[in-house]
Amino acid sequence: MGIIAVFFLWPAAEAIRSSFFLEDPFFGNATFVGLDNYRVALTGSDYQRTAWFTAVFTVIVSLMSLALGLMLAVSADRVLRGKSTYKTLLMWVYAIAPPVAGLIGVMLFDQHIGPLVEFVALFGWEMRVGVNYWDTGIAMIIVSTWKQVPYCFIFFLSGLQSIPTSVKEAARVDCRSETRRFWTITFPLLAPTTFFLLILNITYAMFETFGTIDLIVKDQPGNSPVTLVYKVYRDGFRGNDLGGSSAQSVILMLIVLALTIAQFRLIERRVHYN
Amino acid sequence: MKKLTFAASAAALFFTVPALAQTEIEWWHAHGGQLGETVNAIANKFNESQSEIVLTPVYKGGYEDTLTATIAAFRAGEQPNIVQVFDAGAATIIGAEGAVIPAEDLIQQAGIDFDANDYISGVRYFYADSDGKMVGMPFNSSTPILYYNVAALEKAGVEPPKTWEEFEAIAPKIVEAGYIPLAQSHSPWIFTENFHSRHNIPFATNNNGFDGSDGTKILVNNDAIKMHFSKVKEWLDGGWYGYYGAGWGDNQTPFENQEVAMWLGSSGSFGGLLNSADFEFSATYLPYWESVTANPTQTFIGGAALFALSGHSDEENKASAEFFKFLSSTDIQQFWHTETGYVPITTAAYEATKASGYYQEKPQAEVGILQLSLPGGDNSKGYRMGFYVQIRDVMNREYGRIFAGETDVESAFAVIEEEGNQLLERFSKTN
Repeated sequence: MGIIAVFFLWPAAEAIRSSFFLEDPFFGNATFVGLDNYRVALTGSDYQRTAWFTAVFTVIVSLMSLALGLMLAVSADRVLRGKSTYKTLLMWVYAIAPPVAGLIGVMLFDQHIGPLVEFVALFGWEMRVGVNYWDTGIAMIIVSTWKQVPYCFIFFLSGLQSIPTSVKEAARVDCRSETRRFWTITFPLLAPTTFFLLILNITYAMFETFGTIDLIVKDQPGNSPVTLVYKVYRDGFRGNDLGGSSAQSVILMLIVLALTIAQFRLIERRVHYN
Repeated sequence: MKKLTFAASAAALFFTVPALAQTEIEWWHAHGGQLGETVNAIANKFNESQSEIVLTPVYKGGYEDTLTATIAAFRAGEQPNIVQVFDAGAATIIGAEGAVIPAEDLIQQAGIDFDANDYISGVRYFYADSDGKMVGMPFNSSTPILYYNVAALEKAGVEPPKTWEEFEAIAPKIVEAGYIPLAQSHSPWIFTENFHSRHNIPFATNNNGFDGSDGTKILVNNDAIKMHFSKVKEWLDGGWYGYYGAGWGDNQTPFENQEVAMWLGSSGSFGGLLNSADFEFSATYLPYWESVTANPTQTFIGGAALFALSGHSDEENKASAEFFKFLSSTDIQQFWHTETGYVPITTAAYEATKASGYYQEKPQAEVGILQLSLPGGDNSKGYRMGFYVQIRDVMNREYGRIFAGETDVESAFAVIEEEGNQLLERFSKTN
């Protein structure tokens, strides 16, 4: 409890307090501005654009990592020989630190030397990361998803392996179609894992992709898309607008709170933990 | 015998350990890599030049990180003696009254002679207060200039442009020669801030912000710059201009790869270009619009300055003053200038470099300083605006949208003006 108070409650209270002030960074001389910081944040065209991108980004990254993780886990589970090699290779990416992953991503998508950019150019797509809004967004989504897939893979694989063999064999007797067996037996049994991963993925996409995004925009977002967390950092740490960025982080805190409550209320009822 | 050598070495150790009277000061800076080595070299030279003061340089990451770290340290009462703060952060640190001892006061309090006229005019005022008193000690100073690929221009059969009108005349020939005529690395700094100073157009009210943050409004929404950006957009659409995003390096690379014939960069880019460009390049002044002004004025500096933070003993402040004096000395400025490509900050250092014949060998290195020494106007000294990092972000975003065709010039500048003024108003409330 003490730890929670020091590392969560106190900073949170401090953020809420300073969100009502405009503060001189050096001396902390604060001017009370009421809800001004919130008004400025919420009505700014840039904030709305950022929020919109964050939503799209979060949905795509969470669902894509889930889908790819599940697909790979199912395939790896089916492999009989060399199972552990596949597993190790697939989990490898997870061991890469986010800045390194970002850096690799940046090189792959570099507008002058990026191999992926040259590859898509073969199909007539002139991809310009850092110049075109959605090209940059797509690069961010791909790198972030790539980074999260192994995490989902590990959990799905252990989920698959914890399904009792008796259940699987019984299902095999009842139903010949593998696809149908997967959707009616395996997938529902994986529901707790999926739910858990969904929440983790959303948190990941909203908060932990920060390093990747910073590297892709190379510290100069310009017209490139960024997420809400990145904006908090820009305004607070780079711009020294403590009040404004506190207000933004309080808004973010509320969004996450609402999201988590909604998820647990709505979805948990349908998830069965055996 | 062994005992004796031990005793001797112990004694040697004891005596090399500085005597009691030494003052230790700390200098936080934002230069890594090659530049960081040069910074360390300067600190070493200073420490070797005298025995009373020990200066420790500490690399604190990029400009923003350094400023943030300084603020955190200041609030904890553990600030360094000297910190390097970049141009866009100047308003933040100068605006926090009492956080900084103006360089001029610091030097005079230490009993050292100070004459502001020793400093080159384009350098002198940027980090000064409204009375012209130098608050920050200019350190790494550079200004935007036009670099060009000599072979490319020869192939096109054209001379480097002095004005944007001339540029428009020669651009088709450069395209024919197989190059993109122009790219540029920092739209807010080169195409906005220095655009105003080159044409002597006011950039903000309250004497371009130097008279204080209360009621300062940005004047960026004017016809001259809107005309300029409409032209740039036309150039972009017509293949005369290359835009590679808001990052510095992404726009420099095509010039180094000889895809782009002319590139607007920093006079401080010179040292790096010498290493990275394997073709002959030269440099000239930042072009101006003849239709806007017949008498173009000087540009001002970008880069960063050193600030002496308050809250230290007189003795330490005196040591910082000694270092500032050392830093302005001709030898050190000449070393810094030739090593990095940043301009020397004093006239004496410039004259000495000239006398050494360095500019005969590398005429490009002189362009920046000549441009800073052009005739000045009321609006060529620079600007002082708070939350300026965010204002630059707004500019970069809107310029990106203009170039992508998501918005038109008229509405983009209306947005920059509106959001800029909102930020300025908020900044004035922090003080």
